Amino acid sequence: MTNLTDLTVAEIRDGFRAGDFSAREVAEGFNANVAAAKALNAFIVETPEKALAAADAADAAKAAGETPGALSGVPIGMKDLFCTEGVQTTAASHMLEGFVPTYESTVSGKLWAAGAGMLGKLNLDQFAMGSSNETSYFGNVISPWKRGGGDNAALAPGGSSGGSSSAISARLCPAATGTDTGGSIRQPAAFTGISGIKPTYGRCSRWGIVAFASSLDQAGPMARTVRDNALLLEVMAGFDPKDSTSLDLAVPQWEAGLSSNLTGKTVGIPKEYRPDGLNAEIAALWDQGIAWLKDAGANVVEVSLPHTKYALPTYYIIAPAEASSNLARYDGVRYGQRDLPDGAGLQDMYAATRAAGFGPEVKRRIMIGTYVLSAGFYDAYYTQAQKVRALISRDFDRAFEQCDLLLTPTAPSAAFTLGEKQADPLAMYLNDVFTVPASLAGLPAMSVPGGLDSQGLPLGLQIIGKALDEQTVLNAGLAIEERAGFVARPDKWW
Amino acid sequence: MSDYRIQGATGEWEVVIGLEVHAQVTSNAKLFSGAATAFGAEPNTQVSLVDAAMPGMLPVPNRECIRQAVRTGMAIDAQINKWSRFDRKNYFYADLPQGYQISQLYHPIVGEGQIEIVLDEKNPETSSKVIGVERIHVEQDAGKLMHDQHPTSSYVDLNRSGVALMEIVSRPDMRSPAEAGAYLAKLRTILRYVGSCDGNMDQGSMRADVNVSVRKPGGELGTRTETKNVNSVRFVMAVVEREASRQVDVLEAGGKIVQETRLYDPDKNETRSMRSKEDAHDYRYFPDPDLLPLVLDDAFLDECRASLPELPDVKRKRYEQALGLSPYNAATLTADADTARWFETLLTESAAAQKKSESDVAKAAANWLLSDLYGALNRLGKSLEESPVGPAQAAELLALVADGTLSGSLAKQVFEIMLETGDGAGKIVEEKGLKQTSDTGAIEAAVANVLANNADKVEQYRGGKEALFGFFVGQTMKAMQGKANPQVVNELVKKALAG
Repeated sequence: MTNLTDLTVAEIRDGFRAGDFSAREVAEGFNANVAAAKALNAFIVETPEKALAAADAADAAKAAGETPGALSGVPIGMKDLFCTEGVQTTAASHMLEGFVPTYESTVSGKLWAAGAGMLGKLNLDQFAMGSSNETSYFGNVISPWKRGGGDNAALAPGGSSGGSSSAISARLCPAATGTDTGGSIRQPAAFTGISGIKPTYGRCSRWGIVAFASSLDQAGPMARTVRDNALLLEVMAGFDPKDSTSLDLAVPQWEAGLSSNLTGKTVGIPKEYRPDGLNAEIAALWDQGIAWLKDAGANVVEVSLPHTKYALPTYYIIAPAEASSNLARYDGVRYGQRDLPDGAGLQDMYAATRAAGFGPEVKRRIMIGTYVLSAGFYDAYYTQAQKVRALISRDFDRAFEQCDLLLTPTAPSAAFTLGEKQADPLAMYLNDVFTVPASLAGLPAMSVPGGLDSQGLPLGLQIIGKALDEQTVLNAGLAIEERAGFVARPDKWW
Repeated sequence: MSDYRIQGATGEWEVVIGLEVHAQVTSNAKLFSGAATAFGAEPNTQVSLVDAAMPGMLPVPNRECIRQAVRTGMAIDAQINKWSRFDRKNYFYADLPQGYQISQLYHPIVGEGQIEIVLDEKNPETSSKVIGVERIHVEQDAGKLMHDQHPTSSYVDLNRSGVALMEIVSRPDMRSPAEAGAYLAKLRTILRYVGSCDGNMDQGSMRADVNVSVRKPGGELGTRTETKNVNSVRFVMAVVEREASRQVDVLEAGGKIVQETRLYDPDKNETRSMRSKEDAHDYRYFPDPDLLPLVLDDAFLDECRASLPELPDVKRKRYEQALGLSPYNAATLTADADTARWFETLLTESAAAQKKSESDVAKAAANWLLSDLYGALNRLGKSLEESPVGPAQAAELLALVADGTLSGSLAKQVFEIMLETGDGAGKIVEEKGLKQTSDTGAIEAAVANVLANNADKVEQYRGGKEALFGFFVGQTMKAMQGKANPQVVNELVKKALAG
């Protein structure tokens, strides 16, 4: 018999509808996998009862002859940045430890309404700030992948959506939500051999997602196949009057529109993404990706995105600036952590609470953000960064006059070992070098697995599309997926 | 208009004043959340998840608050910016849940406008002055700390948190306490006309930050101080007076004015330093990334303009020119939107009752309202809205005066009974027989009687002491129990004395 936890979301959905298995069987299978994978530390809170309750509801509705929801019978993991009613929501911080929202985020609410069940709240970098999941207050997530040749070093699952990537590649859940501010869906997907898409900024409501950098934060799905990403994004996207930056547009039927025939499409290859010293295996995979897309019928042209080299510094001004303000609300007054030393006044309480409640990376970004917004520095940093951001957007606009999509590597390396880059924040920030530009421009971008490197670790390819053209991004992803034939999975050691 | 000058030891000083007025926008919901805004509700009962800054909550602009700000801008002839933007003003305080206030620093919704003030209502032509308004922007109010609820801790009430405020910033165009007071009063009048703020300063719906500096007349601007949250016209005038003379004292003693924030203590009538520029916050303003720029289309602006009522300056001129009222009466009746509304209803009702035009009945109606009605309400300690006599009842009374049924003094008697009983004027006249009489026979008899009983005075009158005429009239009226038509009495007394 098929192992139910090896199925994709689409297979579970279809099998459940066909009566091949019950939703409860699926939920029980994933619950068991979650319970047996403590060593990965992928979950902050496990909610097997929620997964079962949703499954039982799906089974009962099916028995009563009701039309199933888009995700009836499918259990998923929820990144612990989404507020979930009645279930602790921490953003992987001590600051919000024990915080139980009385409300449900728009995106998670849409998923539950479509019939999905929650396996638990997934670990992440604290307040989504990090590229390795090492900044979580609840301990780092460990990737299920190991380097070949008996190297037993624990590897980073990527970040900030590291709990999501680790759990999906280890078959603890068939899919999960992620959020992407500068690459937090795409880079962990690349590190663990799965797919993930960050849609156009404004497609998914930010309401109820703990904010990191408002002008960049976007929710998106993570799963093992392009089809799963398409069908999940259809559920997650949509206009929300509670988010002023939400796009008031109909949600396309991306799954139905999937096609790996790229005839008539032109793929742009940005030359600035091939710096001197680019990892040779990454460069080779990129060339392979170009060949696959040509094979799918696409033309390929070289394009230029001249301001690419400024993207990382621009991002590390804008994102911390917004974060320094967004995180001001964690002050110990109304909810979450409060440290009130004896005889403390208001200022003492703020200082003690925030000193204890935030980890070092969060503090570093709050300080950077506070600095770049302060009087006398604002114009030199923040205003300048906004101007460069506009130039980066214009680069993309011009490139898209010549092509329909861009193909690049997702990350400059395969997964690194835990602790390897922790001492050097700048080396860690460099991990975002290929993902940050699309975030600054608000464009849809996806990572799909392309193959394994010589050490047996997955490498990802990134597809960047025009604003609102998720369909072309997904279709190119499908073309690569079909040709890459990526079936590798980590050997179970946990 | 004579210039306001402070006499110092070194000569005369001129005071320069600018006001920043915070006006709470009249709206059922807050600026960025759906929570209610009623005054006086139990603490923390009008707080949404957004107002409490729960994780993941986002602001959504309330259309009505934006509309009110635009209408206010239009009412002061200001430039309306079709593109404006919200900025965050970052600082930590327990009454500020987000850790920032959403405001508009860089691109306010309303630009340059102006307000005309009149210092002497009896001579509006010679005592008016135009005060520039630099800008109006909308922003969130903060919550309120409560220090009297617990021996060692303070409580926070977030009912006001997120309520929409307009900050209306004047140019430093005022030069005396009277001008500052007149500006604030006029601004409040306009806001109430427009309906964008209730102007209730005692409830904190409107409060002023008063910027004051002094200089030798016509010299360079001096360093200013800002006295925060002054909540009445009288206090604003007091702050200007006290602060200006304090600054003169400091300067003449060889000191320097420190740019600082001050507080006004009405009990001691003095301002006190709150914090100086050195420990001022760095607010780290930047565009709020949760909100898109605010873009207003023409249809929206047209609707805002069409919904504006007749504004006080226009109304005042119409009262003078079309209704023939005195400048003072016109100014008094238009100073408050509710008074003007009451007066105009009275006018309509009176014109209908007397079958005359509004301009024919306007003077009598204005005089009655401002003297008789206001006198009575003052005595009763009631406001116009609480008046026991409404405009329709008043119109009935005025019609009885106009058609000669009631004399002025009888009308006063009838009005008193109306106030007490709530009965209509016509009914009172019938029941109490208070109708004045023009029956010349009865009046002639009364006059003859008065003259016969005062033969000595008749002698004196005829001998040249004409001032006694009023005495005979008064005696006759008394004999007629006030019901005689005074004009007829006058004529008959004159005739009898001439006899």
